[in-house]
Amino acid sequence: MNVSVQKLEELEKTANTIRTHLVKMIAKSGTGHAGGSSSITEIVTVLYFHEMKIDKKNPCSEQRDRFVLSKGHACPAQYAAFAELGYIPKDMLWTLHHIDSPLQMHPELGFCPGIEMSTGALGQGLSAGIGMALGLRMRKKDNRVYVVIGDGESNEGQIWEAAMSAPKFKLDNLCVVMDYNKFSLSDRVQNVMPLEPLHDKWLAFGWHVVEVNGHSIAQLVNAFDQARQIKGKPVIIIAHTVKGFKITHVEDQAESHSVSFTKEQVRNTLRHFGCSAQEIRATIDIMEGVK
Amino acid sequence: MNREIAPRDVLGQTFIEMAEQNDDIVLLDADFNPASKITAFKERFPERFFQIGIAEQNMMGIAAGLSTVGLIPFVSTICTFCSRRACDQVTTSIALPRLNVKIIGLYAGLFVGKNGASHQSLEDIAIMRAIANMTVLQPADARETRLLLNFALTYDGPVYIRIGRDPVPQYVPNDYEFELGKALTLRDGTDITLIVYGDLIGDTLKAADILSQKGIKARVLNMSSIKPIDEQAIIQAAEDTGRILTVDNHNIYGGVGSAVAEVLSENRPAKMRRVGVRDVFGKSGSNEEMKKKFGLTHTDIANEALTLLQQ
Repeated sequence: MNVSVQKLEELEKTANTIRTHLVKMIAKSGTGHAGGSSSITEIVTVLYFHEMKIDKKNPCSEQRDRFVLSKGHACPAQYAAFAELGYIPKDMLWTLHHIDSPLQMHPELGFCPGIEMSTGALGQGLSAGIGMALGLRMRKKDNRVYVVIGDGESNEGQIWEAAMSAPKFKLDNLCVVMDYNKFSLSDRVQNVMPLEPLHDKWLAFGWHVVEVNGHSIAQLVNAFDQARQIKGKPVIIIAHTVKGFKITHVEDQAESHSVSFTKEQVRNTLRHFGCSAQEIRATIDIMEGVK
Repeated sequence: MNREIAPRDVLGQTFIEMAEQNDDIVLLDADFNPASKITAFKERFPERFFQIGIAEQNMMGIAAGLSTVGLIPFVSTICTFCSRRACDQVTTSIALPRLNVKIIGLYAGLFVGKNGASHQSLEDIAIMRAIANMTVLQPADARETRLLLNFALTYDGPVYIRIGRDPVPQYVPNDYEFELGKALTLRDGTDITLIVYGDLIGDTLKAADILSQKGIKARVLNMSSIKPIDEQAIIQAAEDTGRILTVDNHNIYGGVGSAVAEVLSENRPAKMRRVGVRDVFGKSGSNEEMKKKFGLTHTDIANEALTLLQQ
């Protein structure tokens, strides 16, 4: 592995910070997609803080790698990462879902630095990522495109249209991560629409397939390393995750999809993340409109 | 009469000429290039032509992605698959982020060979017009087709161009230049205004001839800029002629007739009637059979005008 233990620990801390941010901002908003945001937190962390070529001072740098969040509802994790990168001020996180805020409930290109595509209507982001990968190759740029898709959104036919087309174009600059948290909005994926055998399906469509624990920073780092070595075909990393990871009162439940936190739940969750009593109190004050 | 040319017949050559001047142009196809007549582009610029297969939704998304790196994608397939089939992709992936994607719809309206209802686009204007950030155009003839494609290239944002299948004479003058939001007066008149676009221009001009024989002077407007529409020309027509008849190769709901009615009712109410497909699906048939069945012949248009004049 091309990464030190110290770097891994740093990434773990960043993931915890991002998860803390997203719980706070959703708590303040009143409701939000905490489950899917928490299941992609380590994926987002490794991508933005280790794997991707980006310029923290210039989110629109022409030399940047691209990240498309096809499961757009999980964007609180992305917004939290933007705040940590310095793309947006940290105070802006409190404006999540406000009518004039760049931080809409589903990401909108052109309004928030770092957002590469408008998503939210599920199944559409992978096609856009394929277009970016084709375009970057045409422009003779060696930048890569990362697309995070959901398991639930893979019910959409367009995902499979896209899955068929990326290998045709031999897009080895494209890496998809599936957030396989096993739940969609209403129930377990297995009950809503079974996806298995998932590994075999992507393999049969012509992809290089890797499976990891999507909450293991080390496994994700390795998987992205491996993906960069694959030539002539796109890569999908099937990341086994837990919906609502570490948000204990909804963890691994469909109810984590959209969460309205009570003050008590915020206290318990932030305490579980290691936040200080002062930080928790400040969050509750903001929730209550004291500040 | 001048030589008839199908608007789609000039697509391939026009794209080649545009692409020779502009390196950013790329074309995407959903397995329709022999019918959309862009095969010549594919042969001239194979590296700038992407065959996406029969997957219009994926094609729209890929085009959106290509545009984010500064390329100018033109996607093309049958109108109804651009609009009905890929409606949400056009909306969310292209129009919402206002990306620079040009959507070229072929086989506008009823005239789809004999392919019938599944291939006829009687809803596409209504769908595309209702999508924010979208511009909607339909050329009168081959010459205006070239003008609209060149306009789309210079315009920054999504554009939908709806193109007829079959040969038509040249209707626009040789010195005509397209301007977004501007109608072209094909014939001036003071008694009634006929507003039309695309394949039914010929029948509308014939209807104007019939009216002329009865001493009625009809103004005929080519409304190739469907959205934004030329509000000023519509209001002026209401002022000057009092009565307005619209002619749609589309369902009467949501087509140009609806757009004209919106302008009139908000600005300068005037008596109007709409010729168009009256909320039914189409059928397989020749263009002439279709016009008869759905009330779109020049006689139907003239009769509607006469009815309107008696109101």
